[in-house]
Amino acid sequence: MKRYVLVRALYSVVTLWLLVTIIFGLVRLTGDPVAMKAEAGADPAYVAQLRHSWGLDQPLHRQYLGFVSRLLRGDFGHSFEKSLPVRDIYFERLPNSLKLGFAAFLFSLALGVPFGMLSALKVNSWWDSAGKMVALLGLSMPGFFVGLVLIIIFGIQLGWLPVLGKGPSAVVLGEPSTWITFWFRDWAHLVMPAFALGWYFSGAMLRITRSGMLDVLGSDYIKLVRLKGVPESVVVAKHALKNSLIPVLTFAGLNLLVMVNVAIVIEVIFNWPGVGQLLYDALSNRDFPMVQGVVLMSGLLIVVLNFTIDVLYGYVDPRIRLSR
Amino acid sequence: MATIPIGADRTLAAVRAARRGYRVLRGLPIVPLAILALLAAVAVLAPVLAPHGKLDPVKPTREQCLAKYSTPDCPYVDNAPPFWAAGGRLDTPLGTDSLGRDELSRLMHGARISLIVALTGTLFAGAIGTLLGVLAGYMGRWWDEIIMRITDAWLTLPSLVFAILLSSVREPGLWNVVLILALVFWSRYSRAVRGEVLALRERDFVKLAEINGIGKLTIIWRHLIPNVMNTVMVLFSLQVGVAVIIEASLSFLGFGVPPPEPSWGLMMAQERESLMEGRWWLEVFPGACITMLVLSANMLGDWLRVHLDPQLRNR
Repeated sequence: MKRYVLVRALYSVVTLWLLVTIIFGLVRLTGDPVAMKAEAGADPAYVAQLRHSWGLDQPLHRQYLGFVSRLLRGDFGHSFEKSLPVRDIYFERLPNSLKLGFAAFLFSLALGVPFGMLSALKVNSWWDSAGKMVALLGLSMPGFFVGLVLIIIFGIQLGWLPVLGKGPSAVVLGEPSTWITFWFRDWAHLVMPAFALGWYFSGAMLRITRSGMLDVLGSDYIKLVRLKGVPESVVVAKHALKNSLIPVLTFAGLNLLVMVNVAIVIEVIFNWPGVGQLLYDALSNRDFPMVQGVVLMSGLLIVVLNFTIDVLYGYVDPRIRLSR
Repeated sequence: MATIPIGADRTLAAVRAARRGYRVLRGLPIVPLAILALLAAVAVLAPVLAPHGKLDPVKPTREQCLAKYSTPDCPYVDNAPPFWAAGGRLDTPLGTDSLGRDELSRLMHGARISLIVALTGTLFAGAIGTLLGVLAGYMGRWWDEIIMRITDAWLTLPSLVFAILLSSVREPGLWNVVLILALVFWSRYSRAVRGEVLALRERDFVKLAEINGIGKLTIIWRHLIPNVMNTVMVLFSLQVGVAVIIEASLSFLGFGVPPPEPSWGLMMAQERESLMEGRWWLEVFPGACITMLVLSANMLGDWLRVHLDPQLRNR
């Protein structure tokens, strides 16, 4: 187990290093960080000064070493707009994104798992085709379209739900009382963005639950349980469901990754003050250090998350940890 | 013994061929193919088919101007409703946007942008990814290790975040979006292709070619790449849908195709004000177009997967 964790950790470190190098290289090769701040026709003296202050006038290898060493010290750059460390701003916004992501995850589970089970139990029936269609629609409708349709119906035509923002309960880091209000209030603001975000995943959830359930229902131990004369409802609820949920949970880890992805647009539409909106604002304000910092932070979080999932799997399943 | 008229066997053969043709036709995913063909035709013929220009406002009639501004002469009439609503005209069947431009014409030109960007972007990504995947799988050792590590690192970043990072250092433009899509998505191919090549490498025909002293490049070009094409095609058709969504999202956020051009995502972003004022159609039409295109691409991809994937085909 120790060896397995060490190997995984080494891989994660290599991945992180490559990621940092790719980001550095691509940004320098495909464009110019200054291009964003100083548009065409800007005063050359200003551009030169900007280059100097960002260290862009130094040779590439010096820039790269400086970049990596700053990252190693935990310095992800300073926002141009707010003159605060990117890291601090990021962690201030992260709880909002996590709240949205978690609610969306619950939505996708609540929609995907029951309908996936139904599709598997009544395979090739009307239910199954309907489930297939819903799953396809889930993957084909862009999140922002779903969000806008929800706004049209529930926000404007019916006027049931608030359209913008996340409600008044702000989070102040390190104060436990506000944490409680943060997680459990202003649900009305959460419903639409969470549904729009969760919709995309419910389709994939449905397909995965269905195939997992089908695999399990065809396995020997289910046949044995049935032979023993256990009623079908118990077979499904007790014996099959538990094992068919394993791939769903595997998917959950990947899910978070894609959620960050789709969430940018959803957060912008609903004016949800999360990480995605932070990235959007940074790009609109032509704040390059902030954009790069947020991208680096999300890369770091994803690598750490992947590592954690790998370790958990190794812990749960001996086959995985002994394979290497 | 029944007599067989001359030519009957030929007729029978023709009937059999027709039946076979019918069976193939029935097996094809008609609906997604029809939608894709329609969209492609609209995209190609947009300048001919579109009733109005994509950038200029529609010239209003005297009555319209009088009704809206109470002067007989005005440059344009904005926010005209679609033809079925009160005040709508068949001349502008889906209404006009907030700058008085014909929605239908812009949607048609938008099909052009979406298809060009998604197809070329995915094509470039596919070419880069396939090449690197074959190299990694066939050359093995250091090639494999280096290419796959880079691929893995590339895959960690969510595609939209990656695309936004790249768009931050370049001026917005249509071909920029293509470049961004190619740079973001190649890693999806290299992973799948490498796995396929690892299996192909051990097959007899590759071994025989090696024994005959055929060069590595020839083996890659003549024997490996044709054999991974099925996988690449399936991935391609599934990736086109993703590429359309990423392009639309980038344009929606304002970092993709730049303004006067009618990209579907951009059109939705520009009419968010209209939404608050109840003109829902300006959001729903482009959104429906995106959904239709992605949905049919995905359905076609699913069909291809079932029919081209050797593991699924033989079931």
